[in-house]
Amino acid sequence: MLNPISIAFKKAKQENRPALLTYTVAGDSSKKQSLRILKSISKNADILELGVPHNTPVADGSQIQTSAYRAIKNGIKVNDIFKIVKDFKKFDKNKPVILMGYYNMIFQYGENKFLNKCKLSGVNGLIIVDLPWPENKNFAKKCKKKSIYFIQLLSPTTTKIRLKKIIKDSHPMNYFISMLSTTGGKLKVSPNDILKNYSKIKRIDPKKEIVIGFGITEKTIGKLRPADGLVVGSAICKEISRSLKHRQNPVTNVSKLVKKLKSKIL
Amino acid sequence: MKLKKGIPVIDQGNKLGFWGGKFGGNFVPETLKKPIEDLEVLFNKLKKDKKFIQERDKYFKNWIGVPTRFIKLENLSRHVGGAQIWSKVVSDANGGAHKVYNATVHCLLAKRSGKKVIIGDTGAGYAGKMLSMAAKKFGLKCKIFMGAKDIARQQPNVKAMKKNGAEVVPVYSGSQTLVDAVSECMRFWVANCDTTAMCVGSTVGPAVFVRICGWSTSQISRELKVQLIDEFGSIPKKLKLYNCVGGGSSSFGFWNEFMDYDKKQCEFIGIEAGGPAKSKKHAAPLTYGSKIGILHGAAQYVNQNSDGQIEETESISAGLDYPGISPLHCFLKDTKRARYTAASDEQALEAYKLVTRFEKLRPSLEPSHAFAVAISESKKLSKDTIVVVNSCGDAYKDRGILEKRLGKKYVKSN
Ligand SMILES: Cc1ncc(COP(=O)(O)O)c(C=O)c1O
Repeated sequence: MLNPISIAFKKAKQENRPALLTYTVAGDSSKKQSLRILKSISKNADILELGVPHNTPVADGSQIQTSAYRAIKNGIKVNDIFKIVKDFKKFDKNKPVILMGYYNMIFQYGENKFLNKCKLSGVNGLIIVDLPWPENKNFAKKCKKKSIYFIQLLSPTTTKIRLKKIIKDSHPMNYFISMLSTTGGKLKVSPNDILKNYSKIKRIDPKKEIVIGFGITEKTIGKLRPADGLVVGSAICKEISRSLKHRQNPVTNVSKLVKKLKSKIL
Repeated sequence: MKLKKGIPVIDQGNKLGFWGGKFGGNFVPETLKKPIEDLEVLFNKLKKDKKFIQERDKYFKNWIGVPTRFIKLENLSRHVGGAQIWSKVVSDANGGAHKVYNATVHCLLAKRSGKKVIIGDTGAGYAGKMLSMAAKKFGLKCKIFMGAKDIARQQPNVKAMKKNGAEVVPVYSGSQTLVDAVSECMRFWVANCDTTAMCVGSTVGPAVFVRICGWSTSQISRELKVQLIDEFGSIPKKLKLYNCVGGGSSSFGFWNEFMDYDKKQCEFIGIEAGGPAKSKKHAAPLTYGSKIGILHGAAQYVNQNSDGQIEETESISAGLDYPGISPLHCFLKDTKRARYTAASDEQALEAYKLVTRFEKLRPSLEPSHAFAVAISESKKLSKDTIVVVNSCGDAYKDRGILEKRLGKKYVKSN
């Protein structure tokens, strides 16, 4: 059976648009709200990334940090995250879900046990921010055995030789970091330049899906249409924080935002 | 797991940067892979380059003012009535602490790589102060990340940084201490690694930073070895080296040259921060058997909960207030080359009182932790045992805390 992630890319391609990937932090603002948000955005998002909150996130900017600290404060544990995914899959079983987080959380849980739980709850892919190639070779193999995509990160600093090696070892989906930045930075490179870098990477193996993330907002998403997929994270986390601050319902606000994002790439 | 003889410990890691196959490594975002690799190539080349070594030694001698003194604490020894207690007064170094060695080397490396800006983390403020000093000396722009709690409790060093022209960036996340400062500094580097060099303030972080720092602070034991031979004619038969351990840079540097001696002759004792006697929180992952985990790019023993969230620490000493510990020390612990224990806030304060009562020496709160254990163990040791404590920082930065906890007289009288 084809991984639902690949099916999602196919479907987007048939519709002549990039796939829309959303990122929210599991347990933000609470376990229940987090699940409600996933359910409400799933009709407009093609792939759902769910962040595993960590309290020492060395690659996240302030918006995602705020979401992560809020989720941890509200008591989220790794097992709760699997439960959220499982409950979500009962609601929409074909929508792909990717967990994204830091390696220590997996290391403490135990790699094998973590992957078994992923499988049982319906996780389709993993992004581990601080487990780069080649350190991730072993773990990526374990993922493959479970038909879970291990998604490699590529950055503007990744050398050409390294790009080739990583892509050769990679699963069907990879993630290109648009610029030198933590998450949530302002887009400091023009969409055109990002797309130029993207094409260079894409040419190495055109069969592999490459999504672009970091710094993408309502304003910029439309200009990056040619990519296989586009990830929006901080802008969504920020919307949750904003809603809470104004005592508004984050579920409806985030849902509206995702709908708007989708409309820009149709 | 085995320590090899004849090879510097900093070079005993495997290809992926793991000591003992499991401590250290490079758990970093993809963006940092390239700058880290560039730094590795540069450092590996320069550490074998005679000209670079000469340049380093020139600055160490003329600017840092090495060697620092090695002195006998006669009065304290007499009072304690056991082993001979000596001190290596590393706080003599320019700026008042060992952090100056690493800061200087990082600035030299930054110059060689053509970077114009250097960033760093700091807890006690010494790493930041020294980096700001060195950056000024070498014409680099400097930015220091520091937890808001530490900014409040280590004002003298904050003032020094600003005076040197550095920008001090307060970090408000988490416990607002060193751990958060290091995280924020790494984040800044992720976003600016094309133009900016990063200095990690201790033997922590991705493997290359552990190695550069250990290589730099080893100056301390190079000097001590010569001074011991000058004083005793040879390395004493019973030598015990006491050092506080935060990230582990001063202790590693204090021990490095003695690594190949049998531990029966030359024992290493690392003292972590046990925190307030009444508190459950501490900054002593080795003493209290914390599990291995990943923090700031490296696998190490680290205070964390069962989910892998890093736990908050508590210590009177900002420099030791860190939940993790250098991979080098994890390696030295598991190979049993070094022994680790903790001193509480209260014990450190008592030791400070005792040392300043008997000697013209004002160890900051960090080395006061080491004095606490050295003094208490010395009582039971023979007169021919040579106990050396690394007094790696000066207490001037702690005046506020000392005045509050011990009263004005301990700030003024010295
Ligand atoms: C005087 C002093 N000693 C010790 C330390 C602890 O660090 P390390 O274990 O790296 O020497 C610090 C850190 O700031 C310090 O300022």
